Amino acid sequence: MAAVFFYLFATIMIASACVVIFARNPVHSVLFLILAFCNGAGLFLLAGAEFLAMLLIVVYVGAVAVLFLFVVMMLDVDFAELKQGFAKYVPVGAAVGVVVLAELAMVTVGWQPSEASKSLLETPIAANVSNTAALGQVLYTKYVIFFQTSALVLLTAMIGAIVLTLHHKPNVKRQNIEEQNARNAKNVVELKKVPFRTGV
Amino acid sequence: MTEWLNDIIAYLAASPVLLALIRSVLIAVVLLIYVAYVILADRKIWAAVQLRRGPNVVGPWGLWQSFADFIKFAIKEPVIPDTANKGVFLFAPFIMATLSIAAWSVIPVSDGWVVGDINVGILYIFALSSLGVYGVIMGGWASNSKYPFLSALRSAAQMVSYEVSIGFVIITVLLCAGSLNMTEIVRAQDTQYGMAGWYWLRLFPMFVIFFVSALAETNRPPFDLVEAESELVAGFMIEYSATPYVLFMLAEYVAIVTMCALLTILFFGGWLPPFNISPFTLVPGVIWFILKVSFFFFFFAMVKAFVPRYRYDQLMRLGWKVFLPISLVMVVIVAAALQFGPALIAS
Repeated sequence: MAAVFFYLFATIMIASACVVIFARNPVHSVLFLILAFCNGAGLFLLAGAEFLAMLLIVVYVGAVAVLFLFVVMMLDVDFAELKQGFAKYVPVGAAVGVVVLAELAMVTVGWQPSEASKSLLETPIAANVSNTAALGQVLYTKYVIFFQTSALVLLTAMIGAIVLTLHHKPNVKRQNIEEQNARNAKNVVELKKVPFRTGV
Repeated sequence: MTEWLNDIIAYLAASPVLLALIRSVLIAVVLLIYVAYVILADRKIWAAVQLRRGPNVVGPWGLWQSFADFIKFAIKEPVIPDTANKGVFLFAPFIMATLSIAAWSVIPVSDGWVVGDINVGILYIFALSSLGVYGVIMGGWASNSKYPFLSALRSAAQMVSYEVSIGFVIITVLLCAGSLNMTEIVRAQDTQYGMAGWYWLRLFPMFVIFFVSALAETNRPPFDLVEAESELVAGFMIEYSATPYVLFMLAEYVAIVTMCALLTILFFGGWLPPFNISPFTLVPGVIWFILKVSFFFFFFAMVKAFVPRYRYDQLMRLGWKVFLPISLVMVVIVAAALQFGPALIAS
């Protein structure tokens, strides 16, 4: 049963990853990217990592891909025009691809698990500890300093992005919520007695 | 002849897949019938506030109104705009309805009455509700029309913003319950104090934030900027008709009932009776669950009836500048209280 689902998820994932590259319409590309993420989450589930599976959906599909979709929908790029120089860039692109593939192959072939991790593999965590709790132990208890440091790095990047895009334009009327909330009928509405046929 | 038939029946009865299938169909049917009456209740409550009668023609007190509406939509001709991206256009309502009903596979309606009692139940629902935004974006974009597209952009910003505060509210509940399993969360509220032991009292500010964020997340008034009739006509659904439209409406109301169920489970003790004494404990858990969900839906309907719509910048301000800081601080306070509270009390 699990094998059937593994091949199902894996096939759909690879197929949709290919469609991401080959689709004419960029919005379709992003939608197939989302399908690939969802199938990745399914593979995580099969591996018993249910927390990571849900996190993949919440973070990548629920937030990151929404932003992708946003940007792609707003851009009015003629992708057929972009693809015109395709033949010119094929040799360079292919060369980069081959180098990366070779590096990956060398790492995979030459990789040996250390002695310490071998002993860890032989003693898996207790069955009654859910992988949410196990991940929490590692991230928030054992490596809390590293975790907080990486959070700080992300915070810096976030503030940087905001600073780069924030422009204070003069002559723009802004909403002042406090001022708006402070208004009431007594100090903004004035009743005037208007004499008949004379006006204000 | 009958021998192999009996064999098959015995095999199917023993198979977990079939059991899950029967349970799924059962909960889906009950949910859809409940939603039909929730839609009627919504209209009736709204009418009562405005001193109208509401739907009262189809069946006694208008009881068959939702079914009549459904049949009317189902037999109408679906009109697809000429310039629409047809595949995405038809896929959007389908995915939205599927996702909203799928959330009910992990909701325990009574002790042990759940299709999939998974470890990360609450995270699963959170993930599904974060996927819900795709139905709106896809529908708005594929319509290839201005109002739906504006509405889709609004909706994406709104739903992503309020998900953040919902996430933090859920974290405080998880910290108190110590589990992501929905059944365990309800069991953690089962104390001798009855309803005073449920989390709504202990985490009161979070309960209020969750309720308001749930309104925003399901695009209910006063946060219905996605389909603000006075600005965007009917928002992202404007090009939809017949069955695709009905799927969107269904998804919307199922999502509302799911949010009411989440309020019930996270803050109102799920299937637990309000008082741990005889007449209350005799009532089955599922009755309490339905009563509580209906109670919260009543508030959803009342808010719709008497709160005017928020302006868009006010909505964003409320989400990012009010709810997010409050819920962040509450996460820190709750975590600190759980870590150091027992030691302080002991000393």
